[in-house]
Amino acid sequence: MPLDLTTPGGITLALTPELVLTVWVLVLMLVAAWRHRDAGVQREVGLLTVIGLVSTGLAVAWLWAQGATPVGLPAMMALDGFRFATSLVFLLGALLTVMLSLGYVDRERIQAPEYYVLILLGTLGMMFMAGAADLVVMFLGLELMSVAVYVLAGVNRRSVFAAEAALKYFLLGAFASGFFLYGIALVYGATGTTNLWLIHGRVLELGLGSNVMMIAGIGLLLIGFGFKVAAVPFHMWTPDVYDGSPTPVTAFMAAAVKAAGFAALVRVLHQAFDGLPIWHGAVWWLAVITMVVGNVIALAQRPLKRMLAYSSIAHAGYLLVAVASGSAIGSAAFLFYAVVYTLMTIGAFAVLAAAGTGGEQGVLIDDLNGLATRRPWIAAAMTVFMLSLLGFPGTAGFIGKWYILSAAVDADQRLLAVILVGASVVSAGFYLPPIMAMYMRPAPSAEAHQATRIVGAARWAVGVMAVALLLFGFWPNRALDAARRGGESLRPATLYTLGR
Amino acid sequence: MLLGPALAVSAILFSLGVAGVLLRRNAIIIFMCVELMLNAANLAFVALAQQLGPDGQVIVFFVMAVAAAEAAVGLAIVLAIYRHKQTLDIQNLNLLRG
Repeated sequence: MPLDLTTPGGITLALTPELVLTVWVLVLMLVAAWRHRDAGVQREVGLLTVIGLVSTGLAVAWLWAQGATPVGLPAMMALDGFRFATSLVFLLGALLTVMLSLGYVDRERIQAPEYYVLILLGTLGMMFMAGAADLVVMFLGLELMSVAVYVLAGVNRRSVFAAEAALKYFLLGAFASGFFLYGIALVYGATGTTNLWLIHGRVLELGLGSNVMMIAGIGLLLIGFGFKVAAVPFHMWTPDVYDGSPTPVTAFMAAAVKAAGFAALVRVLHQAFDGLPIWHGAVWWLAVITMVVGNVIALAQRPLKRMLAYSSIAHAGYLLVAVASGSAIGSAAFLFYAVVYTLMTIGAFAVLAAAGTGGEQGVLIDDLNGLATRRPWIAAAMTVFMLSLLGFPGTAGFIGKWYILSAAVDADQRLLAVILVGASVVSAGFYLPPIMAMYMRPAPSAEAHQATRIVGAARWAVGVMAVALLLFGFWPNRALDAARRGGESLRPATLYTLGR
Repeated sequence: MLLGPALAVSAILFSLGVAGVLLRRNAIIIFMCVELMLNAANLAFVALAQQLGPDGQVIVFFVMAVAAAEAAVGLAIVLAIYRHKQTLDIQNLNLLRG
């Protein structure tokens, strides 16, 4: 279905998923504001949110199945497989987060129906960010996502930890936005446009490979992205913010927000700056430092929540390896790993949310001792999540890592591949202890783990995540094919120039 | 016309903003330094728009709207932390240790 994005009808059809989600956001905001004092309204809004996310997902799938392709002049939104695939990843992450939250907000007595509206707004921002074909639209999407998530981090107003996490996230996030925006200004100055396709054409046309303004612009953009995806050395905020936020929100940040940052990064680097080899070296070093530092510091963490926070930093390093390859296989590997990473990270945080109360900062790895005898199903699910994060054969995490490795080798970056394998070996040092604690140590007392429960929608979510990780581990072909098509759709097919 | 000096001023403003964020300790002052960074970018956009067409000027309006939204949320968060701790010195915010 060819769509001309410069006509009102074309752009409306191309933005169907975003429009559906926007309508849901407005409706739910009204529902939440109208009946703020009703006790049941929070649950109602939560269930409507699930419907809203599913209907948006159907709109994305419909547009993808129609084979929507852009014709005519380059527009502000992209219309390619990469946008549809990443939109589905964000919607999946948001859906799982909402399913975990339904029971969690009741347990922690967080009285705020807006919670779900903010999740939807953040998801909308992500979809604009990853689907933007213009740096300004990307910036607006980034801000829409970030502002919603700043509020989510501090949504538990009774908790001083959450307030502190929100403040740190806000200050560092706004700082990163400043870098990002100044980077856009410099790229605009060097190329005369903010459209990704036109930037690509201009770079080749004018030979901007050694233009100082261009290089400084890319550098500032990379710093901005580095903060958003929590790459070392821009990761200082991550453990504190992840630790202080309510656990479902942490899962949302670690999975969907990070995937959105990476999707935008892949789009900018692989599409607009495809002809500029200058960023390869910078991303190479970021990947190496992030993998090494994330994995080594995670070894020293006893609290489970901080361990998972550093584990998410380490995984940012693995994803950066896929980005650094700069090839279509690299962007396909990113897409596949983003799906897998969303499933296993949200799964691990779901088990953590069940194992503690009051923000879960105090849950140590040793607190899982003997969980397998009392709660065999929760322990089995946690084992799947940990093995998948480790990249154990038979789980989806293994296939994802293998795909990233093949992208790195294909791009002739063997050293990077070797470092990735080494880092994964080190990560066994902190992914295996929770499994050992659950299965090989006795429970500390007869009444331990009585409160560890996963009920309602969260039970379904955890079950689906664990089964999906095993299924993708054995039958990854269809998902890999979809990822490959999404990755290839990023490549510049035609060279656009400003024609001056 | 005046492109060089305008870009130089914007680069100086941006550097001042970055230095302020890294060196100051009060949450509100840090936030003001972030606003300085955004406005430095605005100045660069306006200066470049003289040569590159009106796109740059339009972008500035978007950035102003974003900065306003950020300020609304940011000041609310600052208020929340002040209610808990009676201080805005980020050195005293150390319940969560990196």
